[in-house]
Amino acid sequence: MALGRPRAAGPLWRATALAIALVALAPLAALAWTALGAGGAHWAHLLAHVLPRAAANTAVLLAGAGLLTALVGTGCAWLVTRVDFPGRGWLRWALLLPLTVPTYIAAYSYVDLLHPLGPFQGAVRALLGVDSPRQFRLPDARSMGGAVLVLSAVLYPYVYLSMRAMFSTQPARLMEAARLLGEGPWGAFRRVALPMARPALAVGVGLVLLEVLNDVGASEFLGVTTLTTTIYTTWVTRSDLGAAAQIACAMLGMVALLVWLERQGRRRQRAGSVRAMRPAPRHPLRGAAAWLATAAALLPVLIGFVLPAGHLAVLAWKRAAEGHGLSTEVVSGAMHSGGLALGVTAAAVGAGLIVAWAARSTGSGGGARAWWLGGAAVGYAIPGTVLAIGLLPPALAVDGWIAGLLGLPGLPLMSTGMVLLVGGAIRFLALPMGGIEAGLARVPASLEQVARCLGESPLGTLRRVHLPLLRPALAASALLVFIDVMKELPVSLLLRPANVETLPTLLYAEAARGSYEHGALAALLIVAVGLPAVLLLSREPAGPAAPASPRSDPPAAVDAPTALVAMKEAT
Amino acid sequence: MSTLALEDIHVRYPGATADVLDGLSLTLPLGGIACLLGPSGCGKSTALRAIAGFEPLSAGRVMLDGQELSGPGVHLAPEHRGVGLLFQEIALFPHLDAAANVGFGLRRRPAAERDRRVRELLSLVGLAELGSRMPHELSGGQQQRIALARALAPSPRLLMLDEPFSNLDGATRDRLVGEVRGILREAGQTALMVTHDAGEAEAMGDWIGVMDRGRLREWRPSRVEA
Repeated sequence: MALGRPRAAGPLWRATALAIALVALAPLAALAWTALGAGGAHWAHLLAHVLPRAAANTAVLLAGAGLLTALVGTGCAWLVTRVDFPGRGWLRWALLLPLTVPTYIAAYSYVDLLHPLGPFQGAVRALLGVDSPRQFRLPDARSMGGAVLVLSAVLYPYVYLSMRAMFSTQPARLMEAARLLGEGPWGAFRRVALPMARPALAVGVGLVLLEVLNDVGASEFLGVTTLTTTIYTTWVTRSDLGAAAQIACAMLGMVALLVWLERQGRRRQRAGSVRAMRPAPRHPLRGAAAWLATAAALLPVLIGFVLPAGHLAVLAWKRAAEGHGLSTEVVSGAMHSGGLALGVTAAAVGAGLIVAWAARSTGSGGGARAWWLGGAAVGYAIPGTVLAIGLLPPALAVDGWIAGLLGLPGLPLMSTGMVLLVGGAIRFLALPMGGIEAGLARVPASLEQVARCLGESPLGTLRRVHLPLLRPALAASALLVFIDVMKELPVSLLLRPANVETLPTLLYAEAARGSYEHGALAALLIVAVGLPAVLLLSREPAGPAAPASPRSDPPAAVDAPTALVAMKEAT
Repeated sequence: MSTLALEDIHVRYPGATADVLDGLSLTLPLGGIACLLGPSGCGKSTALRAIAGFEPLSAGRVMLDGQELSGPGVHLAPEHRGVGLLFQEIALFPHLDAAANVGFGLRRRPAAERDRRVRELLSLVGLAELGSRMPHELSGGQQQRIALARALAPSPRLLMLDEPFSNLDGATRDRLVGEVRGILREAGQTALMVTHDAGEAEAMGDWIGVMDRGRLREWRPSRVEA
């Protein structure tokens, strides 16, 4: 019998968890390998003609979207937590609705909506009494400015969610102290509330920027060449994996920089002591000011959800009225998306449970968070395109090996969608891992020890004690993974089997052909699938004092999903 | 014939420079109740965790009924030791009702026998009527009595109690100390309790062991009961 400190999990668990982390890290290793092996011939070309513009565009897009979402998200969070105005109750959760609109659908909808011959500019011309688009036209949505606006319109909820949780737990006492020391309401906000909320702002903006980097569809529809779209076109139209890998590596540098900046933003900030205190009361607004607040909080909902989703609904309705109901493409796309989402959810939740369980603290001395726990969660910070490019070489190698072994023609894993499934699971593994880890942290170590003393094995303890207690965390993270996969575009575009379309790739193809109305129904379905996530995230505590959570530090953006799940469960 | 024997046991936490348990030895006869008394940090809780199998020994031996639980090259898993542990914080399974908590360790017994044993234990701790309550519907004292019933249900060879009364209010604690002693006596249970409260130790134990810096400094019969 082995001596030594009893491990939290047996060797088999730990080996499996380690294997999962290695699979999750494989794309990064493969990326570096491919990039190095491709040689410098591409570099000269890339450096001269491709990278500078793409990198500059990406930087402008990140800065613009970061700034705009920080303003809108913080402003709305402040309004709904600190002042009272008509409609505050429902606007508080309606402000989350744009989360259901993926960036590419927002772009798709707005390009059509704001087209010079589209409904919006037509209405403006009718109002102004101008008959021809030649005489009057608004700036084109297909521009850098348009991309910043469209991306911010649907991404601000990340900042809003994180800032709302922060503002609603900031103790009243501190604000009152600031007021007694001679600050007005604005001064108290600027000098106390905002600096205290800096970690939450860093988390929220960090999530937004990761989404901006991940986006491939919106930037492409809006005609902005970013690093992400460059990777995609380099691989898909030029079939140049080496060059794509090299750009992807450059992009990973950008991700690392973002993560570092986000860590800096949260440096030496702790929110541990504020949880059980009385939150600041809401200041009632009257008259014009109140209605102004309503309008201000309503505007992001209109721009980020009502207009794009409404336009899609009108398009879909018109199509249906013309006798084009559910096309077979949409039905099979929905089936593929649903099947893929179920598969990825099962794989990610299973793998997340194994990793989180193997890494859990058993209460006997504090251990450092295992490095492979971070490794397994890394997929969430890697843009989908980068992940897919990194996964291709190892997947093709394994596929070739299996085909040779079994004497099968072609690529068995690729053509059955297994590679896409693994890619999706790696991309979203952090969601269940974060949720389960947070859930396990709330199960006292003594419960496990009691069960062991009562004769239950570690596995039996997991089954009879932890799994029942983890059910809410498991269900919530499964739902979030499912919805994220239903919306996922870049990994699906690159790794799906030939001739298989998911709802997002179907939409992407329709948009590429310019046949917007054909894709409206698919887009609407994707938006509808996301609605339960908003309901889940909109749950707020009934009382002011949330139950003490063992992890009160604001989580890092790399643990983005942990952040989301924790925000949802802690608030 | 002794039931529990600790033979010069040493425990050191990883990274620490000194032993938490620095040569602890004691023997506890069958059916006896002993209390380890000492200030926090003296190693008394670590001793319980080492006996239960949650802390590996760096040296020494833990024997129970002549069987070696821990020793050089031996470390029996906690679930195979046949020892019960009652915690300081009341660790009832929040998703199970009181009866299911008590029956948790009886899974391998036939259902009828399990139900009988659960009823027996519930009435032993005086809560026969409350089997269907969920833990949050019970008072602190009731919860700790359910936890006691749960620990006794599989008839452990040794029951260990880690400051079992420290999270209860004064009146409940005084009442429960006497009750628990009566219950343990009635069950003929060999028990080892740790506490920092001298009065509690005297009221509970047949023997008092005073611990300091990982060693037993004194071992004597309780003054309350001859």
